[in-house]
Amino acid sequence: MSRTMPAKRGRPSAAPVPQLPQRKISASLRLRRIFRAWQLYVLLAPALVYILVFKYWPMYGVQIAFKNYNPVDGFTDSPWVGLDHFVRFVNSYQFGQVVGNTLWIAVLGLLVAFPIPIILALLVNQLQSERFKKFTQTVLYSPAFISTVVVVGIMFVILSPRSGLVNNAIQLAGGDPIFFMGSAEWFRPVYVISDVWQNAGFSMIVYLAALAAIDPALHDAAKVDGASKLQRIRHIDLPGIMPVVTILFILAIGNLLNVGFEKALLMQTPLNLSTSEIIQTYVYHAGLQQAQFSYSAAIGLFNSLLNLALLLVFNTIARRANQATLW
Amino acid sequence: MSLTTKPSTTRQANRTPNPGRPKQSLRDKYGDRVFNIAATAVLLLSILAVVYPLYFIVIASVSDPNAVYEGKVWLFPSGVTTEGYERIFADSRIWNGLGNTLLYTILGTAISVTTILCAAYALSRKDMPGRKILMLLFVITMFFDGGLITKYLVVRDLGMLDTIWAVVLPGAVGVWNLIIARSFFEHTIPNELREAAQMDGATDFKFFFNMVLPLSKPLIMLMIMVHVVAHWNSFFDALIFLNDDTKYPLQLVLRNILIQSDVSSTGTTGGDIESYAAAQRIAELTKYAMIVVSSLPLMIALPFMQKHFTKGAMIGAVK
Repeated sequence: MSRTMPAKRGRPSAAPVPQLPQRKISASLRLRRIFRAWQLYVLLAPALVYILVFKYWPMYGVQIAFKNYNPVDGFTDSPWVGLDHFVRFVNSYQFGQVVGNTLWIAVLGLLVAFPIPIILALLVNQLQSERFKKFTQTVLYSPAFISTVVVVGIMFVILSPRSGLVNNAIQLAGGDPIFFMGSAEWFRPVYVISDVWQNAGFSMIVYLAALAAIDPALHDAAKVDGASKLQRIRHIDLPGIMPVVTILFILAIGNLLNVGFEKALLMQTPLNLSTSEIIQTYVYHAGLQQAQFSYSAAIGLFNSLLNLALLLVFNTIARRANQATLW
Repeated sequence: MSLTTKPSTTRQANRTPNPGRPKQSLRDKYGDRVFNIAATAVLLLSILAVVYPLYFIVIASVSDPNAVYEGKVWLFPSGVTTEGYERIFADSRIWNGLGNTLLYTILGTAISVTTILCAAYALSRKDMPGRKILMLLFVITMFFDGGLITKYLVVRDLGMLDTIWAVVLPGAVGVWNLIIARSFFEHTIPNELREAAQMDGATDFKFFFNMVLPLSKPLIMLMIMVHVVAHWNSFFDALIFLNDDTKYPLQLVLRNILIQSDVSSTGTTGGDIESYAAAQRIAELTKYAMIVVSSLPLMIALPFMQKHFTKGAMIGAVK
């Protein structure tokens, strides 16, 4: 008997009281539902408090981009100055350089670092020996577990002009040593190559998972029809992982101007600043090191909005092209 | 009989170089073989490109620094020395940083994993009123955030600067992890199970702690590992929120030694160029050893973690 009780509990208010106005019932029902789920809200509460304090409060604070922030008045009461900080940034001599550097790294990163994991996954997926497959996976993705600090540290020792591995090799081949970490023109290649070195293997895993989900019957059928491996990759594997590729591409676009900020900061030396100073490192220097809070918040907002715009544009393009989209 | 003989005849047909279709398939086989060789070669080269720098770091860390300096170390260590490691283990900054990292990692992981699992379960419950709006609140923060400066100001206003809370709280809940956890719950905890438990009088709390969590061990392992790795490797929050260098985590100590390196820290005070150069070489040796020591724990744990991370990628891909 007790078993039927809870099942009943949800219904009675709807069924036996038809003479009351419909809305009142649904309102009280909703209240009761909310009340009955109170334990779920308790479970959710810590995370909710977290995003309100550490995500939405800073978002509310973004208004200081249009104000002259001072600690006494806080976010709310600091005086408005309109678009002054934006104008100052756009007119500053660093503007072109900083935005240019950011786009350079972002686009270069996207063009080089985005396709490589896909290619690797397609190749690994074709391997016949399960053991070699697993070994390749493990090795290729191990650098993802090395911290950014250590990866940059490795770059500094390996690329060192005095005793580094790479320069020893260059000298052995009869070349002159190159001061990789101290030259503006080497910053971008080193940045992108190290990015591929560290992350390609890890990004590959998602594509491998998507490839594993492809129906093997497709491959068998194609084999019967005499399709070569390349043809099968081109006509079965690639279309099969296309939705995942599209979504990850859109996400990459959405993060285009955010990625790699920590690494760029770590790789900065006074000698390569002309190519290594990107929007986010500029925000860090101007905001936290020189305490120009409002000015740097404005630049940060500029960066976020640019990002958001890119995301929206590419999501729309993907939808027009009938591809998978984020929403 | 005919069933068993049939495959052998087709195999024979493939082997005999007839004109027409078999030839076609032979050429394809040839193309496939070339492809296999090329693919294996590319992957072997990639493996080499990943492994060799790391291998070099390891052998350089135990080699005579002069041999490394002169470019004599390529495949094997030369003039084995453990001085680099001895210097690290004698360096109190490293030990202190390691202690801080352990503390931050344990506390931070505990906070993050608990918060995420609880919230993700609540959000996975389709019968929780307001679920969609609440989820949206989380998702929005993936696409727009207040930025570095306002985050810093908020942490400062909370009085958390230079405290452990500034390291463990501001990044505690990653929305991506929350989504992974939520879809895990949605896919692995059947509704019927909850209905049955509710009929037996289990509250949501009881069901979550006594039924859901024991059923979610793979997810819990994944979440723990993700956060341990993240905390072990993070330096930036510590960089902006901590001033007191006795509170620095290992990565920040490493950054100061490896990257912002100053030869003065090796103890030589000017003088002749020879001793300066020698000190510098010792400093390089220490760096190699430091890279090894700081990466070793995760590298050793990697084979054990791989299974879980691959699973995590699958859950992410399913979403």
